[in-house]
Amino acid sequence: MIIKGKVWKFKDNIDTDVIIPARYLNTSDPKELALHCMEDYDSEFVKKMNQGDIIVAGRNFGCGSSREHAPIALKAAGISCVIAPSFGRIFFRNAINIGLPIFESEEIAGQCSEGDLLEVDTVKGTIKNLNKDKVYKTNLMPEFIQNIISLGGLREYVKEELQRREKNV
Amino acid sequence: MGKTIVEKILSAHTDTDNFKIGDIIKARVDFAFANDITAPIALKYFKESGARQVFDKKRVGLIPDHFAPNKDIKSAEQCKLLKEFAQEYEIEHYFEIGKMGIEHALLPEKGLVLPGDVVVGADSHTDTSGALGAFAIGVGSTDFAAVIALGEIWLKVPPTIKFIYSGKLNKWVSGKDLILYTIYKIGVDGANYKVMEFSGEVIKGLSMDNRFTICNMAIEAGAKTGIIEPDEITLKYLKGRAKRPYQIYKSDIGAHYEKIIEIDVSKIEPQVAFPHLPENAKPISKAKGIKIDQSIIGSCTNGRIEDLRIAAEILKGKQVHPEVRLIIIPATQDVYLQALREGLIDIFISSGAAVSTPTCGPCLGGYMGILAKGERAISTTNRNFVGRMGHPESEVYLASPALAAASAILGRIAGPEEVK
Repeated sequence: MIIKGKVWKFKDNIDTDVIIPARYLNTSDPKELALHCMEDYDSEFVKKMNQGDIIVAGRNFGCGSSREHAPIALKAAGISCVIAPSFGRIFFRNAINIGLPIFESEEIAGQCSEGDLLEVDTVKGTIKNLNKDKVYKTNLMPEFIQNIISLGGLREYVKEELQRREKNV
Repeated sequence: MGKTIVEKILSAHTDTDNFKIGDIIKARVDFAFANDITAPIALKYFKESGARQVFDKKRVGLIPDHFAPNKDIKSAEQCKLLKEFAQEYEIEHYFEIGKMGIEHALLPEKGLVLPGDVVVGADSHTDTSGALGAFAIGVGSTDFAAVIALGEIWLKVPPTIKFIYSGKLNKWVSGKDLILYTIYKIGVDGANYKVMEFSGEVIKGLSMDNRFTICNMAIEAGAKTGIIEPDEITLKYLKGRAKRPYQIYKSDIGAHYEKIIEIDVSKIEPQVAFPHLPENAKPISKAKGIKIDQSIIGSCTNGRIEDLRIAAEILKGKQVHPEVRLIIIPATQDVYLQALREGLIDIFISSGAAVSTPTCGPCLGGYMGILAKGERAISTTNRNFVGRMGHPESEVYLASPALAAASAILGRIAGPEEVK
């Protein structure tokens, strides 16, 4: 899949409480969560961003709570991809599991500017900065994780595995 | 080559032979649980997966604790989903209000998570149970749904950082101070994707309650989990609690660690982590005097009986400052009852504190102690992120129960020795 989108830059250690404050966790409706995405960081963010935009963040993006509502809110708000040097590990798993493309790259985070247009090849893991005419390679996911991604997320993997087990009984 | 405790636990739970750090393995799960925030999404996914039953009815826990007792209609609907699912799938360990406690305090107390286990919880503070010598990791809702359907989880085998604590603890320095100091030393991503193994003579001398506090906050350094080798103190704690047989694992002398960090505790004062990251810890001598509006004693970090005993020791015969709200939340019903029997609740209420039924409540800005714009709290909880306890322009200072109690009396951040 090829994703094209404009960059929104975020600092280091953006936690999941900031991505979606806990006061909204009495629901898991993606549309409702999307309305409050990043609200405590920039109350106008959801209004300013466009569908398909990309977040390029600093270290440890998504640290803190295990709430899957965080990647759900980002995805439902229209964020197409998140790139950071490192992620909170639960956020990392959650993003893969729900099918929000996510890439680790030290270089891009340091070198791109807000508003740059990026083109991301999610299969090859290459990212082009169309404004700065630069191409970056990101760390490829291990084969097992790539398999989950190509199935469309962990839920599809579980369905397949349950069917496989049933046949073997 | 020797193995770490985590490598041994994982070996015992996977069919993959000779795995290395960084390899992806599938591990069998001994106990899995979720709460009223994380379970609703998971239970929906579970039903959609085609699974007919959970992998083991005795090894799944559903605990309404975050916004429970139900704080509003939407929360009530979420809690109702847990109850209905528990009935439909005959989940043995569903904890209704009145029996419920904060999950990470409740499950060890009930002997449902044990040494040598692989524990998967849909909550980031699942690492708390690492204090028992279990490999206990937090995940999100989809992972939890997969675990209760399949009984296993995919994992990347993590490297381990060993922390060795030595020296003599100063007065009023607790497990909370040690972990806040450790996070200050390595940063909020200092152990990202890794295991923190806590060891040394100081850890060996700590009670289980202090050990739970330490492992609880490993996630605040980004860790996959925290773990402590079981010893006599662990076995004593388990006696009469453990609901199943369990296996004790210990790290070999020649085990490989990514890093070994030695910490001399004799130099550590009680700590206060300033807004808005847990790594912003300062010694109390450099934190005194900040005016507070609220003090919270509770949570999965510090809501156990020893935490309440320390608070009571300081509050006995004193009054909470007239401009401060002190809210004390025992982590479980058993802790609450024990505190009542020991006369601690009497001391709290006589001092002007409010005592609440168990709930995560204010820790994550749910309810039962939300901060207004510009307000400040000292809190024994685990996170001081922007907006964590209420308004985005409020502030949370993390500290031990001793400091939270002393500060509540004086109306400003203070050490217990200042309470006259």
